[in-house]
Amino acid sequence: MAERSDGMVGASRAAVAGHVLLFLGPAAAIYTVFSVWPLIDTIILSAQVDGAWVGAANFTRLFTDPAWSGPFWNALGNNVVFFAVHMAVQNPIGIVLAAILSLPGLRGAAVYRTILFLPTMLSVVIVGFIWQLMLSPLWGVGKTLMTGAGVGGWFQPFLGQPETALVTLALMSVWQFVGIPLMLIYAALLNIPEDLTEAARVDGASHLSIFWRVKLPLIAPTIGLVSVLTFVGNFNAFDLVYTVKGALAGPDFATDILGTLFYRTFFGFQLQPGDPNMGAAVATVMFAIILAGVLLYLFGVQRRMTRHTF
Amino acid sequence: MTVRTTVLAALLATSGLGVAAQELTIESWRNDDADIWNTTIIPAFNTVHPEIKVTFQATPPADYNAALNARLQGGTAGDLITCRPFDASLTLFQQGHLTPLTGLPGLENFPEVAKAAWTTDDGATTFCLPMASVIHGFMYNRAIFDELGLSVPATEAEFFALLEKVKAEGSYTPLAMGTADQWEAATMGFQNIGPNYWGGEQGRQALIAGTQKLTDPPYVAVLETLAKWGAFMGDGYTAQTYPDSQTLFGLGRAAVYPAGSWDISTFRAQADFPFGAFPPPVRAAGDPCYISDHTDIGIGINAKSGQQEAAKTFLTWMTGPEFASLFANSLPGFFPLSNHQVTLTDDVAQEFLSWRGKCESTIRNSYQILSRGTPNLENELWGASANVISGALSPADAAAKLQDGLAAWYAPQK
Repeated sequence: MAERSDGMVGASRAAVAGHVLLFLGPAAAIYTVFSVWPLIDTIILSAQVDGAWVGAANFTRLFTDPAWSGPFWNALGNNVVFFAVHMAVQNPIGIVLAAILSLPGLRGAAVYRTILFLPTMLSVVIVGFIWQLMLSPLWGVGKTLMTGAGVGGWFQPFLGQPETALVTLALMSVWQFVGIPLMLIYAALLNIPEDLTEAARVDGASHLSIFWRVKLPLIAPTIGLVSVLTFVGNFNAFDLVYTVKGALAGPDFATDILGTLFYRTFFGFQLQPGDPNMGAAVATVMFAIILAGVLLYLFGVQRRMTRHTF
Repeated sequence: MTVRTTVLAALLATSGLGVAAQELTIESWRNDDADIWNTTIIPAFNTVHPEIKVTFQATPPADYNAALNARLQGGTAGDLITCRPFDASLTLFQQGHLTPLTGLPGLENFPEVAKAAWTTDDGATTFCLPMASVIHGFMYNRAIFDELGLSVPATEAEFFALLEKVKAEGSYTPLAMGTADQWEAATMGFQNIGPNYWGGEQGRQALIAGTQKLTDPPYVAVLETLAKWGAFMGDGYTAQTYPDSQTLFGLGRAAVYPAGSWDISTFRAQADFPFGAFPPPVRAAGDPCYISDHTDIGIGINAKSGQQEAAKTFLTWMTGPEFASLFANSLPGFFPLSNHQVTLTDDVAQEFLSWRGKCESTIRNSYQILSRGTPNLENELWGASANVISGALSPADAAAKLQDGLAAWYAPQK
């Protein structure tokens, strides 16, 4: 009996191993070929110049040579601002909209949900074009609308001034992507069992205090997830700036973020020849920044959070 | 296989007794021009050389360099190669993909400045035939000029007086340009008026030789003049893009448009008012004038082509007056670079072209050699010009920044 059951366990272990290989193998292979290997190759490329190994020389150059470090720190600083605007505007708006949408008995919730998510499905090129047109000092409706609201004097060529261009772009991106935190948080809110909120209501809590004291703590893990997604997305951002301001990210590099700096460096621009090695160094730094942020979140925040399962 | 050989034999038999078929394929990024080549230029060539069959094969502009490189390396590229200016083609020549054109009959019809874009740094070997250039200047709305009683300015003082007058009158934007895309500030601003300051080729060569610096008076003075432009550009010009500027002028809402000659066809299609052009005004009456006559397209021979002689025959034909005239009239705004006198049917294009007779031609000073390093002079010029116009940077600071950037990697400027 014992022998037989041992045999069965052995056989089933082998079968399990086979299954694991069968099910994970293809994904692992594809992931390795198309994601892990390019990443490693990028790091290898960043340690070379014209095929010769130079160790960390490219990074030393990136951080210390003024021709490289100036643009790099500028791009990193702009990227931090870009991220900060998303955290300060996009995610709170997402949370508020999700909270309103998930209120029981709200009429037309599905319509609002669709409308609010619509911009996320638009191409960045279209979003960039529409906003550029609206904000155009020549033909844009921006000035007319602001004049109608009595603040026409505040209208400026927002996308053309170094002081306003970056924040304007960030807000355009917020408009487009507010649907993502909205949907994730909305789903988390719907997941909260009604008996919890009902119990609170029976105890005399208002909608607002139910949100603050019951719902918000329960969706904290999702907010953390949204934050980390925002972080990864923003430090990888490129397309909106490139679409609206081009690869030179004007005015005066005021909208240059790591993505556009990488693009110019790696592929070159106009007469500027591409430099695959320095480009790979910029990409590696971007990877390091994103990795550090994600790890910080993973070990610093997520592990301390309690997940509620209902 | 047998069918193909039979067909080929039949073709050979019909094409002439004992004469091997000569076929040439042209590689180009000018897919917009395919019609002109197929219906005008190649038939004209065939009336002189019926024995050579020419095919025009275009690749979309954005893919051209990569596709051409791949085909050259794989040995499948066409016999004639349309050449990008400067370093892109120089690299192809250095890799042995292009036949040196030294001694090609007809090459003497081209001035040195036209050949600079396709000549080795030491000036010894030319590897592509200059085909077309674009000329910078200013276009103006004749209707507005008539209405406000303005005349074409010859000097810079007259130019600014004119802009002042349009501004004071208030109905029109004096100068249709923006700084949002940055390149217009450099290309239609700095490189447009600059040659009058640095003396065209002389100044351009001096920068390459290191005998002049970007902080020298002529360069600072160009930037100082540009700094005065901002006051005459439209409201919110810092957010005005190149298409915005084109539309502004095309709709008849602006008096003067700092132009590249390629804009002619844009406004022929858009504008319902008569427009003209004038060259960059000189600094003082009687000064010699210089124009940016920028080399843009060339054509060379694939070194691995088996049709070297036929290819040279074609290129020699291209050096002649017939090609110059056909090409220039088919594509108003792109000008042939040979010395032949060409008459154009488009009056604005003819006006641009006529400046060659009274002014000295030069090319953009950042294009040859000086944009090979980091920071890149051309890209730096975009930012510097835009920032000077918008007032974000003083002309002196901008010049210092440009010089520092160039000196950082270019030995003759250290």
